[in-house]
Amino acid sequence: MDKFRMMFQFLQSNQESFMNGICGIMALASAQMYSAFEFSCPCMPEYNYTYGIGLLLIPPIWFFLLGFVLNNNVSVLAEEWKRPTGKRTKDPTILRYMFCSITQRSLIAPAVWVSVTLMDGKSFLCAFSINLDIDRFGNSSVIQGMSETEKLKFLARIPCKDLFEDKELREAASRYIKCISQACGWMVLLMMTFTAFLIRAIRPCFTQAAFLKTKYWSHYIDIERKMFDETCKEHAKSFAKVCIQQYFENISGEMRSFHRHHSKHDSDNEDEDAWKSDEEKLLGIRAQDDMNKVLWNWHTCKPPLALRKEHEDGEKEGEMNGNINGEVNGFVKSHTHDVEKKEWAVYYSKV
Amino acid sequence: VMERLKLVLQYFQSNSESISNGICIILALVSVKLYTSFDFNCPCLPQYNKLYSLGVMIVPPIILFFLGILVNRHTGVMMDEWMRPIGNRSKNPAVVKYLFSAMIQRALLAPMVWILVTLLDGKIFICAFSVSVDPTLFSGLDVLKIMAKVPCKEDVIFRNSSFRKAVSRYVRCHSQAIGWSILLFLIVLGALGRLIKPCFDDHATFLQTRYWSNYLDVEQKLFDETCVLHARDFARKCVVQFFEDVREDSLRLPHPVFFSKFREEWDDEEEEQLHGITKQEQVDQLLNKWYYSKPELDVSRIAYRPRPCVTWENHEGKTLYSDV
Repeated sequence: MDKFRMMFQFLQSNQESFMNGICGIMALASAQMYSAFEFSCPCMPEYNYTYGIGLLLIPPIWFFLLGFVLNNNVSVLAEEWKRPTGKRTKDPTILRYMFCSITQRSLIAPAVWVSVTLMDGKSFLCAFSINLDIDRFGNSSVIQGMSETEKLKFLARIPCKDLFEDKELREAASRYIKCISQACGWMVLLMMTFTAFLIRAIRPCFTQAAFLKTKYWSHYIDIERKMFDETCKEHAKSFAKVCIQQYFENISGEMRSFHRHHSKHDSDNEDEDAWKSDEEKLLGIRAQDDMNKVLWNWHTCKPPLALRKEHEDGEKEGEMNGNINGEVNGFVKSHTHDVEKKEWAVYYSKV
Repeated sequence: VMERLKLVLQYFQSNSESISNGICIILALVSVKLYTSFDFNCPCLPQYNKLYSLGVMIVPPIILFFLGILVNRHTGVMMDEWMRPIGNRSKNPAVVKYLFSAMIQRALLAPMVWILVTLLDGKIFICAFSVSVDPTLFSGLDVLKIMAKVPCKEDVIFRNSSFRKAVSRYVRCHSQAIGWSILLFLIVLGALGRLIKPCFDDHATFLQTRYWSNYLDVEQKLFDETCVLHARDFARKCVVQFFEDVREDSLRLPHPVFFSKFREEWDDEEEEQLHGITKQEQVDQLLNKWYYSKPELDVSRIAYRPRPCVTWENHEGKTLYSDV
């Protein structure tokens, strides 16, 4: 189970594997959309070609853009491209690598749509039925007497089963065009696979070392962005906590905070710890009026976004140092009766 | 059931060879599915029948072959090992040869499956070779054009025609015979290869080659993983260093450990998280600087900064505990 969790975490952290998953889902969605779509050829000479070719080319463009939209790396790429140079030089190979990988992934769903459309053949039939040479399919007596426009209209009706009377002619013509369409589809698939093969299998011959470097740094940029967001979130949380703590302290007054601080030094009885932590959580607010004042002030007069640096104030630190050193020795003496220990704080730097 | 599935998946993912075998089998299943979902559409015209059928029998296997090479992880490993400069590690050509032959064998499975399925199904043969059948063997019609239309059930000439069915059966029978013989030949070849190989091959060297080729694959995976973890650590340190740089004072001595007893537990932790950024203007300045002037990629300062190390000595000077 742990191995799976680790693997899942690794996949999540490795943006590329995650993107591969999204890419596969989009390809399946593309195939499913085609089968769910109801193709209806207009069967008119003016619109057949537009409809057929439009259905072949426009959904792939849409899927391609959708691939860009769904890919998280697009915003990373844009950010990296647009940022001022500052202290960190920009590496154009990284930008190129990110762009190439985004484009490759976005091209898969359009490729699936184009292949499925060509294999099915309906769009080619719709687009090119008017270009058919009807003589080779059998009896051309039907169209001998027709004028040009009537001939075009006749041919344009071939894709529609209900509008075309001559069943055998229609069958023969649609088989012929479908055959050409499928041949085109297989050729397109072969070309794409061969190109992918060349890129994937032959590339290591040329730029392997530079490729490793680009891959590492483009992945690093992505992770750094996530780390920055995480650190900002943690910082905001701590900021909010300390800000609210200081707000309560301010409003409950110095006396109460001193009282709480004083009582901390006196007791070292561990039984009272549980009770004490609840006391402390009250932060000195013990009456209804006080609490109402706290809540009212929170809305009408929010505290400034500037935390007091209590622990780093120079004089206060010196004062506390004196107090605490004494307390430390006392504390240590009271607990360790057998061995008297001297504490040394030694600072080493890792060189 | 889920537990068993997980065990199976774990077994497959443990060994890189098992993963390649699994992918190879998946590709073969994809090939079968592709064939069944493909709408075979014989043109039923004498000039185009053969061209179309042979095209459908040959082009998809080529595509599946390239796909098989693409999805195989060993391709990258093999190319890396083949093309790399020698450096400190000598090159072993036997490993490259082993990887290459393994890759080719796996890539050939899906195309073979496609070819066998098309032969056993018979549609393609009927489409391609119906014109070659001697119509006098069967009773009925005899025009060449009509022979070309045999694969098409819907043609008016052949509606419910026993002639068409007879010719179809004849050609399909040939096609299936060829399909089964190819399958038998391949199986016999594989069996012979398995049985005879130990006589010719040196098993010890083979074990070595197989070990080192598996090692190369694992090494590359581990390198990628380590790079990912390193990038994460690097990014975390770079960001923290950036936060700390934005404050006025540059180096902050951390509190010795015993001070924390006299503060609230969460106080110290929150201080750590704040990295010294405690004002709105500072936060704004930080966010602005992150965009306009990203820090350089150098975390040596935070990776090598001094840490407090406590050493406990008793009154005789003997060291009881030391962080050093």
